[in-house]
Amino acid sequence: MLRFALKRILISVPVLGLVSLISFAIIWMVPGDPAAAFLEASASPEAVAALRHELGLDQPFYLQMLSWYGRILHGDLGESILLHRSVGTAILERLPVTLSLASLALAFAVLMGILAGVLAAMRHGKWTDQSIMTLALLGLSVPDFWLGIMLIFGFAVGLGWFPTGGYVSPSVSFVGWARCIVLPAFSLGAAQLGFISRMTRSAMLEVLGQDFIRTADAKGLPRSAVVVRHGIPNALVPIITVAGIVAGGLLGGALVIEQVFSLPGVGRLIIGAVLSRDFPVIQGSLLFIALVYLSVNIVVDLLYAVVDPRVRLG
Amino acid sequence: MDSAAHTLEFEGGWLRAALRFIMPTVRRLLGNRSFTIGASLVVFVLLVACFANVLAPYDPVRSNFRLRLQPPGAGHWFGTDHFGRDLLSRVIYGGRLSMEIGLMAVLATGVFGTAIGAVAGYFSSLDGVLMRLMDALMAFPTILVAIVVSAMLGASVTNVIIALAVATTPHTARIVRSSVLVTREMQYVEAARALGAGDFRLLFGHVLLNALAPLIVRLTYVFAIAILAEAVLSYVGVGPPPPAPTFGNIIAGEREFMLTAPWAMIFPGLAIIVAVLGLNLLGDGLRDALDPRMRI
Repeated sequence: MLRFALKRILISVPVLGLVSLISFAIIWMVPGDPAAAFLEASASPEAVAALRHELGLDQPFYLQMLSWYGRILHGDLGESILLHRSVGTAILERLPVTLSLASLALAFAVLMGILAGVLAAMRHGKWTDQSIMTLALLGLSVPDFWLGIMLIFGFAVGLGWFPTGGYVSPSVSFVGWARCIVLPAFSLGAAQLGFISRMTRSAMLEVLGQDFIRTADAKGLPRSAVVVRHGIPNALVPIITVAGIVAGGLLGGALVIEQVFSLPGVGRLIIGAVLSRDFPVIQGSLLFIALVYLSVNIVVDLLYAVVDPRVRLG
Repeated sequence: MDSAAHTLEFEGGWLRAALRFIMPTVRRLLGNRSFTIGASLVVFVLLVACFANVLAPYDPVRSNFRLRLQPPGAGHWFGTDHFGRDLLSRVIYGGRLSMEIGLMAVLATGVFGTAIGAVAGYFSSLDGVLMRLMDALMAFPTILVAIVVSAMLGASVTNVIIALAVATTPHTARIVRSSVLVTREMQYVEAARALGAGDFRLLFGHVLLNALAPLIVRLTYVFAIAILAEAVLSYVGVGPPPPAPTFGNIIAGEREFMLTAPWAMIFPGLAIIVAVLGLNLLGDGLRDALDPRMRI
């Protein structure tokens, strides 16, 4: 297991190198001078030159790249031009918000998705199956931010059950946190819920058609025991694969959901940086998000072997 | 098999032969409920987009401040926005631009995804480099790539299309590549090679044809992703600039008036759902009929 984990991490190294190169090179996509793009049009040439120097843009490309790699290898993601502080600290400060949002959305999507998918597979072809699949497809087709706005409108403004936005840390008030995070987590998880339930259903349908399930049925086990003990464990590999993809979707979705619900997370940091062209923050957070995503995928690969001993690690 | 092919050729030439291949697929498609519902929805949305100038009752960008934020009623079925513009007309025209953006993104993704995937799958020497690059791009969430690229290039319709294409190409390339990898080793390709076909002809005449089914399915989903992503880009402020309406920027422009005029956000959102639902259903139907291996 340890050998496989190390090997899997080693395989990721070239990708990681490219990921950091892409994160760095994004500044070169700006037409013209990035420093001038950050400053107002009325900025003096001296101010532009000073910022160019601050960003290191006055150096040749290879030197800029070397200094970027040098910095990130020391865990330094650079300094924000706008916030005048370290990008790493800015991300870490906001991380708990995004993590709590994404993990709640993930838990919700995975648990409900598996439940809905299993139910649909057990009632294959019946109206339960059809309505679950219609809902799942609808979940995939609704823009998440629009769903968030509609939920605010219905549950926060209309019924007054939840606040319309903002964030309370769970260390301050758990109930306050829960009230702030439920609607965003639901809006964020809805699409992923649809995705997971569709995948679970098809994986379960395949498993339920196999001989060992017929044997379990034939020896008189109740249907629920057959599904829980023999069905679900054997359908877990494709479900986990999807959960890995879902993690990426959640990270992306959090960008806009945090915006809708005014949650002070990493997503809002990134959108703010993108709109104000705070390049070091954009570069640093791109790298950070990609690192998180790659690590999730490594964990997913390791999980295959944990849930299914038939998967050989080599 | 051989004799069957000969009879085909003698009986009616290539057209009949092609029809014999296509007809069962068409029949399977028409018998598939996802496909028929999805195709109807998509055709409906496309027709509305095409005939926007005939169907829209008002000019979508002309403001009339006396009619600000009117609720849905007889004169304005979807109500009006905060500039007093007719929302039904804006949604109809917005559909046109959103569909154009989506289609162009699909085209760009189709071309680049196929080219990269085909080259990577067919020429093993380039596989490693190209696919590591695609892997690296896929390490960023799709929507993040689209937002950052669009913002860095500067908000315009063309740049939004570029951003969407950059965001959706890597996955498309991967799908084409895996098809090519399988097909490349097949006997009929080997036979064609033995007959003296060059790499170009083998790739485009034989190998890529087999990647067509998964590619079409993927591009249908890319279309859906592009429409959703355009809306997100507009919402966060890096989408196609106003006043030209798209589904996304109608919603984005009205968010301050959510409490007083919720209809201004509800209708464009519903329009997105209809378009995306149609495309998702169409994609599911195509997948089941064209490519049973991808069936979920």
